[in-house]
Parts: sequence; structure tokens; C-alpha cells
Amino acid sequence: MGALLEVSGLKVNFGHVEAVKGIDFSLTEGQITTLVGANGAGKSTTLLALSGLVRKAAGQVVFGGQNITRLPSHRIVHLGLSQVAEGRAMLTKLTVRENLELGAYHRRDTDAITSDFDHVLELFPRLRERLDGYAGNLSGGEQQMLAIGRAVMARPRILLLDEPSMGLAPLIVQEIFRIIKMLNDEGLTIFLVEQNVRQALKIAHQAYVIETGEIVLQGTGEELLDHPRVLEAYLGI
Amino acid sequence: MFAQQLINALSLGSVYALFALGFTLIFGVLGVINLAHGAVFMVGAYAALQAVVLAELPIWAALVIAFIISGLVGLAIDILVLSPLRKRDAPHLIPMIATIGVAIMLNSAAQGLFGADTLRFPPGVVPDGSIEAGGLHITAVEIGIIALTIVIMVVLLLGLRRTSIGKALRAVAESPRAAALLGIDVEGLFRKTSFVAAALGGVAGVLISLYANAVYPLMGQPMLHKGIAVIILGGMGDIRGALIGGLFLGFAEVFAVAYIGSTMRDAVAFGLLFLILLVRPTGLFGKANERKA
Ligand SMILES: Nc1ncnc2c1ncn2[C@@H]1O[C@H](COP(=O)(O)OP(=O)(O)OP(=O)(O)O)[C@@H](O)[C@H]1O
Ligand SMILES: [Mg+2]
Repeated sequence: MGALLEVSGLKVNFGHVEAVKGIDFSLTEGQITTLVGANGAGKSTTLLALSGLVRKAAGQVVFGGQNITRLPSHRIVHLGLSQVAEGRAMLTKLTVRENLELGAYHRRDTDAITSDFDHVLELFPRLRERLDGYAGNLSGGEQQMLAIGRAVMARPRILLLDEPSMGLAPLIVQEIFRIIKMLNDEGLTIFLVEQNVRQALKIAHQAYVIETGEIVLQGTGEELLDHPRVLEAYLGI
Repeated sequence: MFAQQLINALSLGSVYALFALGFTLIFGVLGVINLAHGAVFMVGAYAALQAVVLAELPIWAALVIAFIISGLVGLAIDILVLSPLRKRDAPHLIPMIATIGVAIMLNSAAQGLFGADTLRFPPGVVPDGSIEAGGLHITAVEIGIIALTIVIMVVLLLGLRRTSIGKALRAVAESPRAAALLGIDVEGLFRKTSFVAAALGGVAGVLISLYANAVYPLMGQPMLHKGIAVIILGGMGDIRGALIGGLFLGFAEVFAVAYIGSTMRDAVAFGLLFLILLVRPTGLFGKANERKA
């Protein structure tokens, strides 16, 4: 299977800060690809640029053969690229059900939406009891589940996840990684940004390491787990 | 006498509510305090007046024309002023200042086109009979104002609760970025909101100019102050708040005039407003309404 998403020469500046300095990477269809790195390395900026939420200073993004570099955010989502942003981007004043429904906002295939809704509730049974409560009243873990479920409701071809394990208890983190693995087993292509480097590399087929806006290493998840530089800088060994 | 005051207060309060509705919609969805909303209100009144005087249209058609023309002005404000500022990530005071400029331009344009004098609708534009019952009388204008406000409120509240676009609007109101990531066309909703909010402001302008029988270039100015008071009282960005706040101000003014004296009208109304805000600083329906990135 070939590259579903190809990024070349991606650059993002914030004023005089070069947050992303011309990086290349690709996502293979059906795989989990991870992008790991320390605080401020440029991970979120990269994801926001893919989704069209920050301006790209240079570079090109090709998704399924189509150049999406300059498309507005909502069109990118409609094409099948969904993102669960850092901090979950909860709509706290909407109910859990409304959040999920909004995930399918642009879709018109009512029957498939209903079956996706049921599927999300099977993946995250805890959401079922909270359907008519406000999303703002959910725990952090439940909010992350809702954010992922909501993105799945768009029936994306690629799911971008920005630090889904952030701020969660170890048990919940296990649960989230299990779900990511499961979604991928169902055929979803996943781009996972993490600071939880060990966990991310364990489930990833392909991996990139980013430092101060540049990709410094790449390989399979397994390869990088044993790489001396990764061991030293990220796994504390 | 008391019942008569109730009717007066209800119609005046309805116009305030209608005006505040557009104002609060813009704030809630775009996050902008639109100080041109009073000028848009004035545009609606002139549009209807021209429709009646020049084109000799019936008042309902004049209302439709006012709705469309002021809506288009709102749309133009978004496209020409607010949208370019959004694209440059202007800090939130900047769009507010820009709308002051828009208001001044619209006011000057009205003055240039129609003069500074107060204009009036020709007699017979609205049926001038009134319904008399038990010593009360209510005019056709008052009935129209109250009915129209109720209908618009119900449509908006149900629309926001029940429809898909309503959900999307609430999402944008809470976080444009989160909404964009869900595939919602945020810019498109900003445009639609700008149109509808201004259109409602224009309709309010027609209604008040029928009620007071006066159209003049600066008629939006006192209304703007009241509109700000109403949405602060109701809770910024809250639609029910605009309704309750508008009615409250209408009642406060009418009863202040009736029982204290007409010179004290605004002093009493705004004094009460101040007292309420001391008790509830976020307004009647305001929660801690922080906008998130
Ligand atoms: N909106 C912004 N304005 C200015 N600078 C920004 C902005 N967003 C990010 N930056 C800067 O860009 C660099 C990369 O930030 P980014 O958020 O992409 O890092 P990250 O890898 O996601 O970090 P973390 O793991 O902490 O989430 C940092 O130096 C950051 O300060
Ligand atoms: Mg980040």
C-alpha cells in the first residue's frame, strides 16, 4: 500500500519563530505513524498545518493524490482528514450526544451515521451513560474518549491525534492506546503525536522524531525503540 | 392604568429585545462587540421609509426590504471589515474600534442622502385603529411588534436547539477552532450570522420608527447604549438574555415614566441595571463565558 498522505518541505513560522523548518514525511495507508518529540518541538504546529489551521510558510501536502495545501479547514475534514486536537477541543456547553452528532456534521448518509454512532458507543461504553449530559462535566479521560469518538463520527480516512494520553491516569492511557490500536485494526490510517514516546513507538509501524522543528530520526517503531539517541533522549536509559 | 402600562412596556421591551438579539448573536458567534449595530438599525428604518414613500409599498413589504438591505449591510461589514481583521489575528478590541468607524460612515451617508431632519412615515402606513377592551387600547403597531418579536425569538431558540446548523453555531460560539476541526465552515457561519443579526437589527429599526414615528440619522445611537445594557444584563451572547434584558429595560423605562416622571426615565432604568449587575456581575444568564481558542 502506498502513501495516503505526503508532506514535503513543510514550514511554519510564528513571527520570527521558525516552529517547523521544512519537514518531509508520509503516512502509509492502514498504518499507525507516530511523530514524537519534546515540548515545543513543533508537533502540534505540524498537525494544525495539516488541518489548515495555521498558515504554511512553504511546503506541500498531498492527500490521496489531491493537493490540499491551500484548502480551508472544513474542506480538509470533508475530504477525510480529521484531527483530535491537543487539549481535546471539547465543546463543553453541548451535550455528549450533540458533540458526537457534530462529528458527522457534513455527512448526509443517515443510516451509516447511525451505525457509526452505535459503533462509537461500543468503543466507549462510558459515553453511553453520559449521552445527554454536558461534555464539560465529563472527566478528562471521558473527554478524550468523546473527542476520539467525535472524530470517528466523521468517518475519516486519516485520523490525526495530538497527545491523546496527555494528563490521563495510567489505566486510562492504556485504554486509549488500546482503542487507537483497535481503530487501526479496523483499517483507519493514524498519525499519532505523543510525548509518551515508549507507548507510541510500541504501537507505531512508522515513526519520526522531531526536535526544534526538524525531523532528526525516522524508522519503524521497533527500530526507534532501540535507537541509542531515542533511548538516551526520550526513554531515560 | 397599570394594565395599559404593561402593554406599553411589553411593546417597547420587545423592540429592545429584537435589537439586542442581533447584537448578542454577533458577540456570541463572532466574539465582536459590534458598535455599528445601531447604524444598521437606522439603515433598516430608512430602507423601509424609502420603500413606503418612493415605491409606495405596503408596510409588510417594506419590512422585508429593510430585513434584506440591513442584512446585506451586515454582510458587507463582515466581508470588508471583520473578516480581514480575523485573518490577521487582530486582538479583540480592534474589530470593535473598526465598527465605530463603520457606524460613523453609515451615519454620515444617511445624513448626506436624506438630510439630518427627522422624517416620518406617511399616515395610514399601518392601520391606525386600535383595539379597545376594558379601557385598554393596543395599536396595530404594538400588536405587530409583540407578535413579530415572539415569532423571531421562538424560531431562533428552537433553531439553535434543534437544527444541525444551530448546533454548529453553538459550537462556533464556544470555539471556532474546535468547530473548524469538525468540518464546520466557520467563515460561512460568520457570514450568515452577520446577515441575520443585521437583518434583525434593521427590522427593529423599522418597528421603533413606526412606534415613535421618527426616522433620523442618529436614531441608532441611544439604541446602541440600550442594546449594550440589555446584553450585559441578559448575559453576553445569550439569546434568552437578550429577550429578558430587553423586556426588563422596556418595563423599567415605562414604569419610571409613569410613576416617577419622564425626565428620570433613563436614570431609573440604568440605575436598576447597575443594581442588578452588582448582584449578578455576569448578567442574568451569564455563566463564566470565556471563549476558548
Ligand atoms: N500561536 C503561536 N504563536 C507563537 N508561537 C507559537 C504558537 N504556537 C506554537 N508556537 C511556538 O512554536 C513552537 C512549537 O510549538 P508546538 O506547540 O508545535 O510544540 P509541540 O511539539 O506541540 O509541544 P508540546 O509537546 O508542548 O505540545 C514552540 O516554540 C512554540 O512556542
Ligand atoms: Mg503540542
